[in-house]
Amino acid sequence: MSHTDVERPESGHGSDHETSAGEALLVGPSQLSPTRRALTTVLRSRELSIFLVLVAVVVLATTKNNGFLFSDDGWRNFLLNPSILLLLAVGQAVVIITRNVDLSVGSVMALTAYLAGRLFIEQPNIPIVAVLVACLLLGAVLGLVNGVLVAYGGVPALVITLGTLYIYRGIMLTWAGSDRINAGDLPREFLQLGTRSVLGVPLLTILALVVLAIVGYYLHTARGGRELYAIGSDPDAAVLYGLPVRRRLLAAFVLSGALAGLAGALYTARYGTVSSSVGLGIELQAVAAAVIGGVAIFGGSGTVWGAAIGAFLLVTINRALPSLGIEDFWQRAVVGALILGAIVLDRVLAVRQARKLAESRDHS
Amino acid sequence: MKFHTRRPIALAAIILTASAALTACGSDDDGGDSGSSGGDGGSLSMTMLPKNLGNPYFDTSTAGAEAAAEELGAEIEEVGPETASPDAQVSYINTVAQQGKDALILSANDPEALCDAIEEARSADVKVITFDADTNPECRDLFINQATAEGIAAKQLELISEQIGGEGEIAILSAAANATNQNAWIDMMETELADNPDYANIELVDTVYGDDDDQKSFDQTEALLQNHPDLKGIISPTTVGIAAAARYLSDSSSKGKVALTGLGTPNQMREYVENGTVESFALWNPGDLGALAAYAAAALANGDISGEEGDSFEAGDLGEFEVGADGVVLLGEPFTFDADNIGDFDF
Repeated sequence: MSHTDVERPESGHGSDHETSAGEALLVGPSQLSPTRRALTTVLRSRELSIFLVLVAVVVLATTKNNGFLFSDDGWRNFLLNPSILLLLAVGQAVVIITRNVDLSVGSVMALTAYLAGRLFIEQPNIPIVAVLVACLLLGAVLGLVNGVLVAYGGVPALVITLGTLYIYRGIMLTWAGSDRINAGDLPREFLQLGTRSVLGVPLLTILALVVLAIVGYYLHTARGGRELYAIGSDPDAAVLYGLPVRRRLLAAFVLSGALAGLAGALYTARYGTVSSSVGLGIELQAVAAAVIGGVAIFGGSGTVWGAAIGAFLLVTINRALPSLGIEDFWQRAVVGALILGAIVLDRVLAVRQARKLAESRDHS
Repeated sequence: MKFHTRRPIALAAIILTASAALTACGSDDDGGDSGSSGGDGGSLSMTMLPKNLGNPYFDTSTAGAEAAAEELGAEIEEVGPETASPDAQVSYINTVAQQGKDALILSANDPEALCDAIEEARSADVKVITFDADTNPECRDLFINQATAEGIAAKQLELISEQIGGEGEIAILSAAANATNQNAWIDMMETELADNPDYANIELVDTVYGDDDDQKSFDQTEALLQNHPDLKGIISPTTVGIAAAARYLSDSSSKGKVALTGLGTPNQMREYVENGTVESFALWNPGDLGALAAYAAAALANGDISGEEGDSFEAGDLGEFEVGADGVVLLGEPFTFDADNIGDFDF
């Protein structure tokens, strides 16, 4: 829970008794040298443990089958497959950090995936960038609807976005009817966008990582980003403190919607087929990725880096388990176990941290 | 107060019901008349009722039926609901009964739910022919079956064997693990692989399930290729599966090395046939299916056949067909789509 505090505590310089590195990080980070502080933060982070699980899964699958990572397709798929979920997980993490949730992302993705296909059918010569921007904008508008309802309606986001999940899906079904977008309807260059690589890294992955880096940097350093954590830690206190809670919530939902919109366009590029079932249930995968990556479901803590690793882990596990010869049912059970494990770990860490904080308060 | 307001409504309801019943009776009589006059050599009138409108598959079957009707000098009209929900077709069936058409050709959204309405239509002397999706056999006069399970299984093995040169490892990418149709076909393919000496060198190494979900089928294709480096071919007996597998293959290093066939629709597969990922795949021709249904409907309405087992009738270019057990007419072997003919189809 090292990110709970908006202002880092400045005290601790004068304390004369020896504290452990972990404790120092909690109560007086500036006691430690910057390198030591960074090292301890990384070593003690939730992200690292998830990352190690990811490495273990990859190593296991690769020993079983070399091609899992080292064939051309294997390497590409390892990077490419998680990129769409990664975008959704980043958006979801930002929303969850504010103690909300956005369940409508799957439906938003379906709408924009269909929009992308439709645009290419109606206007065969439309530039690809224009389609991406259109999808991003539609996603942002749909996210804005969520945001307005949550920020001004005072209704829990769970209920609002559950409602818009069905509404958006309904709009998509009405719009698309029994029609589906086939690969033949889409321009070749757009389909290639889904698979092209630059220096061995797929374009889609680069795009997702750039988004991740921007959002991650903003959350970590910018005032607006830190305020999101403050809002999630204690919404009432955030209002009393005078933080622009509504504006921040709107921004979080717009971001989540826009990223889902972009993900929809990329889905069309990657899979080449859009049917009415696009993105069905992917909102739960996005929530799972964020939770597994250490974003607390009650807000106020976690990072988008964690959510991104969570997304990688989820997708990679789904890829690896068939290779390891594990049956379908167990694949889902493993994902379930991971989520439960992440939440239990979360709880254990929170309790331990609370105890440590209490102890170090007693010391000083 | 309430009683006062209610009474006129109830009265109006009674009048409306009565008038509706009367008009229904009236048109029933008309229907009987025109039906018999149709049988005497006047123009036949048929109604085509697909599962839903705006579906390219059914647009093709209706076009086939229209062409056949034109040849027969019959009138044909297409009606249908927007969505393929079970009860949506009932009102259209009732209308057909009231209009007193000679025949109704429908693809049933539900085997049970439509039976009452169909029964009413048949009692008004409308011949009812199902195609593509059947109702319970006792509800309708004839069912035009697009293909038998044996035919579908045999065709797919034939195609894959041809494409991999008769030997090597193959795998199946199916729909859901409990999908009835696909499981029946897979069973038959397994038996055929074991028994038919032509396929002695072909080994089925894996069957995976994509749940008729694009993304899952896509991922399963990847897993298949990864787990079986020597895989020579994939059969996907589901339209969603084959399109997803083709999409994966089309930009993987296995393109051209691993053959893919199965059941698909031309619109979904066009891209992959044109870029060489897929050589050929099978499905019935919905145009022929609609045409055969129209010929069968005309033969029934004209009294040429009664729908008994063993009856036979002419169906224009398609040739002569015989009614099988349970009033089923079989269109024939599945149709093979390849680079040469895929341009002729749009569904």
